[in-house]
This record gives sequence, structure tokens and C-alpha cells, in this order.
Amino acid sequence: MMNCSPPSGSLLRMEHISKRFGATCALDDVDFDLRKGEVHALIGENGAGKSTLVKILSGAVAADQGSISLEGYSFKSSNPLASRKQGIAMIYQELNLAPHLSVEENIMLGREIQRLGFVKRKTMQEAVEKALELVHHPEIKSHIPVKKLSVGAKQIVEIARALVGKAKVLIMDEPTSSLTQEDTLRLFQVIRQLKNQGVSIIYISHFLEEVQKVADRFTVLRDGKKIHTGRMEEISVDDLIQMMVGQKFVEMFPRIDHEIGEVVLQLKGLKGKRMATKVDLALRRGEILGVAGLIGAGRTETLRTVFGLDSIEKGTIVVGTIETDKGAPWIRIGQSVGLLSEDRQEEGMALSLSVADNLTLSRFSPYKKWGLLRLKKRREAVEFRLKQAKIKAQDPEQPVFGLSGGNQQKVALARLLHQEADILLLDEPTRGIDVMSKSQIYEWMGKLVQQGKAIIFVSSYLPELLGVCDKIAVFHRGNLIDIRPVPDWDTQSIMTVATLGRIPNENQVENSDRQGKDER
Amino acid sequence: MKTRSKILIAKEKMKDKSRVQMLLNWLGPFLGLILVLIIFSSIPEVQDRFLRISNLKSVATQSVIVALGALGMTFVIISGGIDLSAASNIALASVITAFAINAGFSPVLALFFGVLTGGMVGMVNGALITSLRLVPFIVTLGMLGIARGVAKWIAGNQKIDAPLTWVNELMAKSPRPSWLLMAPGVWIMILFAVAMAVILRYSVFGRHVFAIGSNEATARLCGIRISRTKILVYTIAGLFCGLSGVMEFSRLTVGDPTVAVGLELDIIAAVVIGGGSLSGGAGSILGSMIGVFIMAFLRNGCTMMGWPNYIQEIIIGAIIVAAVALDQIRHRQAL
Repeated sequence: MMNCSPPSGSLLRMEHISKRFGATCALDDVDFDLRKGEVHALIGENGAGKSTLVKILSGAVAADQGSISLEGYSFKSSNPLASRKQGIAMIYQELNLAPHLSVEENIMLGREIQRLGFVKRKTMQEAVEKALELVHHPEIKSHIPVKKLSVGAKQIVEIARALVGKAKVLIMDEPTSSLTQEDTLRLFQVIRQLKNQGVSIIYISHFLEEVQKVADRFTVLRDGKKIHTGRMEEISVDDLIQMMVGQKFVEMFPRIDHEIGEVVLQLKGLKGKRMATKVDLALRRGEILGVAGLIGAGRTETLRTVFGLDSIEKGTIVVGTIETDKGAPWIRIGQSVGLLSEDRQEEGMALSLSVADNLTLSRFSPYKKWGLLRLKKRREAVEFRLKQAKIKAQDPEQPVFGLSGGNQQKVALARLLHQEADILLLDEPTRGIDVMSKSQIYEWMGKLVQQGKAIIFVSSYLPELLGVCDKIAVFHRGNLIDIRPVPDWDTQSIMTVATLGRIPNENQVENSDRQGKDER
Repeated sequence: MKTRSKILIAKEKMKDKSRVQMLLNWLGPFLGLILVLIIFSSIPEVQDRFLRISNLKSVATQSVIVALGALGMTFVIISGGIDLSAASNIALASVITAFAINAGFSPVLALFFGVLTGGMVGMVNGALITSLRLVPFIVTLGMLGIARGVAKWIAGNQKIDAPLTWVNELMAKSPRPSWLLMAPGVWIMILFAVAMAVILRYSVFGRHVFAIGSNEATARLCGIRISRTKILVYTIAGLFCGLSGVMEFSRLTVGDPTVAVGLELDIIAAVVIGGGSLSGGAGSILGSMIGVFIMAFLRNGCTMMGWPNYIQEIIIGAIIVAAVALDQIRHRQAL
């Protein structure tokens, strides 16, 4: 309370914040300020200190040094509940809702208005309605169970929950990473409304274009230090990236020459258990085929059917020269097909197993002798792979949950390489990882196709699709609408197809949603 | 140059630290057992009897039945499953063995039938779990009743007497060729424990079991044939229950369909005390065996003290909770 008077409009001030975890310095003398009613983007690579900074605010982590003031009063928080009570609420990346309870019950969870132990339903309902009105979303009705809502709607419920708690500061960590375009736009609308109500928002995201749209100001962190704070409209995305990565020169989309050969994978009228309609597609040797579309458009489902994780209902798959209407992952792996799951935490990694196990799980054969594993030989092989892939791990036998997201993803990719897959199905391989790891993954992909492998690359991040692919296929509501070479696409036209299901610049209405089932 | 040597020193320190950690991790499960041994051997009333060789031998013999069951259960629990039908399966196998000897089959064949029965029950468990996609708890809970019922049915709801054969010497505390020192059953147990430990740690199958327990979706993604592996796991568990049933018959010299009621919980407790995680992905044969012996020595010591049965039950209950709590703390520190 010594240095009280904050500059005009400053709601929250963090000064000289430092935090160490063991030998690593997560935050080093960082200043941060948040004005009333502004959206302030926090930008940086994974491990730059963004999460630590907001965790200090949310009370999950205590700072070693520094002071925080909220509305001019010194702010101290030892746990998330204390932070919430003082008006700082975090909207988590992994949603914290009880799926079986209704929207209303979820919003009021832990702050039930009660009298003599009985909940006062009416008062509660009013509070919920008020909050829902503010974040208006057609899908959300107070009585329906949360599990019936889409991911985007669930997030809105979380925001409503924070509003009922009289939050002054909302922290959003990668709020759009699993949202459809539609839900993202809706979220931005809600954010704008919140701003008008005087709520301040700290917004963390890797999607820089989005950040540019939604944020008023930004702060870039790198290696635990604050690099710059400025107004969003005065800076370009390229400059932001430059600040994030520092002096290191990064060629975002390294182009490696590669030759395209014969067809190695073909889907003939393929329809899987969870696919909406039939899909025809061909993948050639030495080709990176991008797949764009909104989440839920059928991209993941198609990959999973090809890999045998979902059963085939109609049509066939041709792998190399073998045509089949059956599949299981172990069969596909035998045919040199590999899949990288979009869900690293739930499916891609066995988190409690060691790095070595995770890396070699899909191919033990080189180390097998009479059914037993030669662990020493495997260790050497794994150490080599870790070095080759620049994976930061202390020891091959360390459990994989100790690694950062980017390194985990590299282990998952290294598994496909170790498996010696020739056809790689990559589902959102760069989601939620830092710029350096991303660019490294692009480089790998380029090298792999140069060696004559073939890649299907599913992504929601259009610049990377346009940057690394040879061709791009666009899905809309289960239908594969169009495949074209990359030069014939741009962000605009892909988005048009993905959101409307229509090929742009063609006036005929030939392919609207309901009639789009014509056999190709 | 200086920085380089500094880095080297730091690396050495890390190694030392991880060595201490490794030693602790390795010793961890033993600590409980050592504690139990120290406690009872320092109580004057039982001191001299407790540590006598003959007592150690009898504890070892008493442990055989639970230990064999725990070998299979370790695999089941690491794979993320559970086998509640273990004890019923043991009773069934003991009845089958007695029945076969009574029916005039040679002891070798009878033993074989007993083990095979157990294996078949396990295989049915595995097949139901994978084909009906039911949780193991439900399937094996059903099998708990079914196997017990079938055992009673075959035995005509009473004990089956069988003529004495060499099978009954498997669990004899003073073995026939005296150079064996311990009952043949104890040697069988040790042999299988070593074999299963090697399989669990070093075999491809063992890795697959860990992978399925740690994250089944990942295992499927990596081409592991989940159903086949699971059926094999439950079959192995069943085979060990079968062998355990043979030992039960050997000990009792009769086939008793009402024997070993509730023993499945002892078996599960042994695995859990030994570091097995009921959510799968963690556990070891060494740990489970130590779990078996912690419980066996506790029972033995309490009996010597003349403490009533209920005291034993309370102590063992407390040990289960304490062991798992300690294990969790240990793991959290390891992070």
C-alpha cells in the first residue's frame, strides 16, 4: 500500500514479479498492467512464462518476488478460491464443469444461495438468467445438462460462472484452441460485450491473427522476461513473431524440394462408423495433402477410419496395392501407416509410461529376442532418436508427463518415424505447441516427403496448411467439398468452403448442404 | 574449460541423486516388510519363536496360495482390470483336482485339470470383458458367483475326499527329500515369481500390459491388439488361480468348495500394498510378493501374540490404507 496511486485506468498492476522453479527461472522481474475494460493479450512461446504469470494471479502459484495491486489495493492470493473472491477468475483450457449437472447448477456450483441449508432456487435462477443474457448463446438454456452442449457453449457457461462470481478480471488460456470458427466468433462477441461492461480480460493464445482481432494491447514474454507491451493496432504479426522468438531467425515454413510419385493411399467411397457421408481421396508418394475444415467437419473421423480405429461401413481403402474394407490399427501399422492423434493427453501418449516406451510402443521388433526386450539396445536407439529430434528429456526412462507439450508432441512424432511409417496421418500435429517446435515439425514433414513418404496433414490453422502442403482438401459437415493444389487456394477461399460448403466465385448454387450428397 | 567441469560435476550430482532415488524406490516396498519383521522380533514374548527357521518355513508355506493368486492378479491390475473371481476360481480348481483324483486319473493329470480349469475360467472372464465390453469388475463379480456355484455343484455341496498322493506333499512343511528344505509349493512359487517378474519387465507382452493399463487408447493407436492381450492376461490370472487351487487341495487333502471365501480381497490387497495401482499402469511382481509376505508375517505374529482374529483384521485393513498412501507420497516426490 506504499505506492498507491496507479496511472489512470489501471485496474491491475504486477511489478517486478519473479518466480523460480528449481534451477529454471520461469519469470524474471516482469511488469504487467491491465486497464479496466481492456483485452490484453499475453504472447510468447510455450515456456515463456505466460502460464506462470497468470497462475500467480489465479492463486495456483505464489510469486517469489514482486508486488501486485488490484484497484489500488495490494493483492495477495494463496489459492484459486481467494483469487476468485477478489474478482480474478480463470477460464481453464480444460473445462471445469460437471457434465451431468445442468447449466444453472454448474454456474452456481460452490456459491449456492441458501437459507438454512436449503437452496433458494428463485434467486439463483434470476442470477443465472442475468449472466446468461450477458453472454447470449442460443444453445444454452439453464436447465439442460452441460454434457449436451458443444465445447464452445461449455466455455461460455464457464464465463457466465465467472460473471456470477462478480469477476473483474477474466483470464482466458487458449480459449479458441478447440472451438469451431463459428464458436470463436461468438466468443469474440461475448468478449466485446464483457469489455463494455468494464470487465478486463487477459487473453493467452497462439493464434496470432485472432489475437490481433480481439486484443487492445499485448505483452510479449520470452524466456521469463517481458519483451514489450504495446497497442495491438500498431504492430504486425511478423513483428510479434520476431519478438516471441527473439534473435533466432526462423523460417516459418521451410520449403524442401520433393517429387510427387504414384498413388499410395486411396479412399474409394469410404464411409466409417462416425463419418457423415462417403469420401473419395487419393494420396501420392512424396505429397503433403492438407485437410482443412471446421472442427466436427469429418476430418478426424476420416483419418480414424483409414487407420482402423473406427470401423468401415461402406467403400474400401487401397493401401499400396492392397484393397480392403477391413482395418485395425495393428494391420495398418503393418502396412506402414501411422497416425498422430489430435488428442495428445487422452490418446496420443501413455503419460505414466517412460519416454522410451512411448517412443517405441508401436514397433518393438528391433529389440525383440525370444519375446524379451533388449533394453540396453533400445535405450541406445531411443537416445539417438531423442538427440535427432532435439527432444529435451533428461533420461529415456523418465515418465513422459514430465515433458513440455512441445516435447511430448515431438515424442509422438518420433514414434511414427521409429515405426518407419511411409504414410503418415497427422491430426493437428502443431496444436498448442510453441513456434520453434512448430517450425521444426514443418521441417520434418518436408524431409519426410523428400524421402518419398506421404503425409495427410489435418489442421485448423490455415497459414500452416498453405505454407507446407502440396494440395488442400476442404471438408464441410462431413462432405469433402473440394481438393485443389495450394496455389489455387487462399485463406479466404478455404474459409468460405469450410463454413459455407460452397466453392467460392461460382455463382451457381450447386452444392448446398442438403443436396451435397450427390455421388461423385 | 571451467564451465565444462562444472557441468560435469552437476551431472555427477544428478546421477548421485537419481541413484539415491533409485535405491529408495527399490527399497521402498521392502521397508514395510522390514518394519513388520523388526516389530515382531523385538517383542520379547514372541521374539525367539518368531524368527525361528521352522516358523519362517511355515509362513512361506502359508503364503503360497495367496502368492500364486497375486502373480496373476498383478498382471490383471497393471492392465487396469480386476479379478474378483480369483478365490472362487481357487475353490473350483481344488474341487476339480480332488474330483479327478477320486475318479481314478493319475495325480499328474489331476493337477493338470485343476490348473486348466482355472485357466478356462480366466479365459471366459477375458472373453466376456473384451467381447461384451463390460467392465472387469462386473464380469468377474458375476464369475465370483458362477465359479463358486459350479464348485459346489460338482462337489455335491460337500467336501470331496481323495486318496493321498504325492500332490498332497506339495505343501508339506517338511518336504520328502529333505534337501529341498522347504515345501515344493514354496519352490514352485519362487520359480514362477521370478519367471513372471522377467515376463512383466522384459517381455513385449509385459510392456503391452503396462501400456494398456496406462492408456488403452494409446495402446490401440500403437497397434497393440487389446482384446488378445487382455484375454491372455485374464487367462494367465486364471491359470495361477488353478495352480493355487491345486495347492489348496494339497494342503487340505480334500476338495472343499467353500474354501478361500474372501481370499480375492487378500490377493488384491497384496498387489496394492506392493505398489499396484487400481487405475492401471503401475505395479510389480516383487512388490506384490512383498505385499503377500507383509500380510503373512502380520497374521503369523498376531497369532503368536495370542491376539484375536479381529485385531489382525483391523491391523491389515490399516496397513492397506497406509501402504497406498505412502506409495502415493513417494510417487509425488519422485515427480
